[in-house]
Amino acid sequence: MAASLSHASYSATFISSASKVTVSQPSRFSPSFKASTFSPLTAKPLNSTFTPHARRAVTTIMHATSTPSSIPSDTSTKTFHGLCYVVGDNIDTDQIIPAEYLTLVPSNPAEYEKLGSYALIGLPSSYATRFIEPNESKTKYSIVIGGANFGCGSSREHAPVALGAAGAKAVVAESYARIFFRNSVATGEVYPLESEVRICEECRTGDVVTIELGESRLINHTTGKEYKLKPIGDAGPVIEAGGIFAYARKTGMIPSR
Amino acid sequence: MASSLVSPSPIPSFIGNKKSLGSSAFPATSQIAIQKCKKQVSKKIVSVMAPQQSERKPATTGSVKTGMTMTEKILARASEKPQLTPGDNVWVNVDILMTHDVCGPGSIGIFKKEFGENAKVWDREKVVIIPDHYIFTSDERANRNVDILRDFCTEQNIKYFYDIKDLGNFKANPDYKGVCHVALAQEGHCRPGEVLLGTDSHTCTAGAFGQFATGIGNTDAGFVLGTGKLLLKVPPTLRFVMDGEMPPYLLAKDLILQIIGEISVAGATYKSMEFVGTTVESLNMEERMTLCNMVVEAGGKNGVVPADSTTFKYLEDKTSLPYEPVYSDAQASFLSEYRFDISKLEPLVAKPHSPDNRALARECKDVKIDRVYIGSCTGGKTEDFLAAAKLFLASGKKVKVPTFLVPATQKVWLDLYTLPVPGSGGKTMSQIFEEAGCDTPASPSCGACLGGPKDTYARMNEPKVCVSTTNRNFPGRMGHKEGQIYLASPYTAAASALTGYVTDPREFLQ
Repeated sequence: MAASLSHASYSATFISSASKVTVSQPSRFSPSFKASTFSPLTAKPLNSTFTPHARRAVTTIMHATSTPSSIPSDTSTKTFHGLCYVVGDNIDTDQIIPAEYLTLVPSNPAEYEKLGSYALIGLPSSYATRFIEPNESKTKYSIVIGGANFGCGSSREHAPVALGAAGAKAVVAESYARIFFRNSVATGEVYPLESEVRICEECRTGDVVTIELGESRLINHTTGKEYKLKPIGDAGPVIEAGGIFAYARKTGMIPSR
Repeated sequence: MASSLVSPSPIPSFIGNKKSLGSSAFPATSQIAIQKCKKQVSKKIVSVMAPQQSERKPATTGSVKTGMTMTEKILARASEKPQLTPGDNVWVNVDILMTHDVCGPGSIGIFKKEFGENAKVWDREKVVIIPDHYIFTSDERANRNVDILRDFCTEQNIKYFYDIKDLGNFKANPDYKGVCHVALAQEGHCRPGEVLLGTDSHTCTAGAFGQFATGIGNTDAGFVLGTGKLLLKVPPTLRFVMDGEMPPYLLAKDLILQIIGEISVAGATYKSMEFVGTTVESLNMEERMTLCNMVVEAGGKNGVVPADSTTFKYLEDKTSLPYEPVYSDAQASFLSEYRFDISKLEPLVAKPHSPDNRALARECKDVKIDRVYIGSCTGGKTEDFLAAAKLFLASGKKVKVPTFLVPATQKVWLDLYTLPVPGSGGKTMSQIFEEAGCDTPASPSCGACLGGPKDTYARMNEPKVCVSTTNRNFPGRMGHKEGQIYLASPYTAAASALTGYVTDPREFLQ
């Protein structure tokens, strides 16, 4: 599990400028439970070597396994490039995937695809340009740009799954609701990235953007503007591996199948 | 590895400490954070609140044990650690994992895929499976999903599976309960001091019992099914102190709408909400459940109410498992404290389309409505129906709009038909509802709170205006995207049904 929150990977931007930064050393973790198929990550540095596997159509450039530095998440050359789809604040899970589609089971491959075809179908009609065209089942927008509290509402994992199944690679929002964020990482379906300013007010649906994960940067080619993103930190390797289970296998936390 | 973060930091990590301010929050920090979220909050009722204060956490020098909040203590015990601080990531032993028909099949799919087709759950007595969302429908996939649950429970010999087979007559199913969060409480699965996780955002409801309860997704649930553990980050706690006698026209729903309206739908993101004070102590268990139920609507991770004699009495005939309540230390650190003078509060609604779009019910009296919905884990419990019945009784009149009643569980349904309503001369709630012209109480389930399949009873299939005792009113929540949902207490819902407009219950209850 990506448990260690190493301080080294933060950008030096804090909400409060008044705070002192004191970070204690990661404590040694000793497990005491007895689940037989599970052994936790014991004091293993998160820069362990593993080769990222290609996930669906994500452009993954093989990067060197990281140096034994204290930077845990080495997604230095990962980029996303494509059209962006812009939404507002408080996009709740009912708008991302309306409840009537929750009879579709995400772990069923055919139903997973169907879920994708309904991604963001719950957005009001004020969104004239739809995320997925009426007769399509995939989106042409690989990046969703949102405002505050993206993904609020239900705990339904169908929400990040629908976005990922539709073809979205990343969401860049001002802030997230916690269950949606957690689900995005656990499933590895989309990268839940955070912007530092309200880029949802400066980007338009259809703008061409590039996200450089390692640089924590978003470039809007249509407007020519660049934006700093908050580093994805320890969530990066988990999503890149394909979610918590895949990550746990890669890092030897649970046995390979 | 668990690392202890003492500073506020915007770390994006999958553990999820999004904008946690850490426990050394300075007033400036919390002000900034609150400002960010305060976009649409009405500033009308601030007079009832004392300005929030933040408490600085005393310096930790390692060997000195600092006080912990209830949530910190529960997680400390569950992770077998003597001391925890907000921001710590810890492996927590799970006491109960709950799932239902919407998320269960997905969680089971992940469990089997990751742990093997023949894997066994970590503890057949700690997994509680409660079909409740899409039950009374002819939707084939929805019906299939209940079958998937049944097959799994049979194969795993799950002890608590509240099954339903005869969809035409819920009473013909002795095991079937209904809405999961109410069933968990009624069947004695909620116990002080424990950790309860569920694949539903309103799992936080169980915090009313003084336990840590929160919602998780299918993947996390699949992980818990196999291991009985989950990696959680310890949230800092916001404390809400409510003192004073509860006025006869207010219910717990009004209290939580007040709070959400104050701090916004993201005001408690990644935080715990602790509810204390004499008013809270005066609430019965179901009212406390309503309070904790909507913690998630403020973005909260979990809500807690300290266990007391009311809790113990409720649990007496429901569970025989031992439990050990925990309480916040006197010297525990809270991120902020909010104080309310209950006597100054008035009945509220949350206007479309957000649970934090707070308004006084009396200021919405010109809003014409098309229907009223009384149901869900938030407002479909016995106490909720009792409240509605009392108001109908006091008025003696008939409703002017279709009024849908959806009891949360079989037990609630039975109460409607058997419990005498105080002051009615022995009438039952069902009789009072019938006399008032309400619809016949429906089969117990989540019903139209979240829309559901198109044939769900009381689903909003056309754009209508509805006053509802449910928990969310985002666009499309009850079905139609242009539907307008006013969230309200059962008193306010009943009053509105009688006039055909959003109505302050004091019109009938003084």
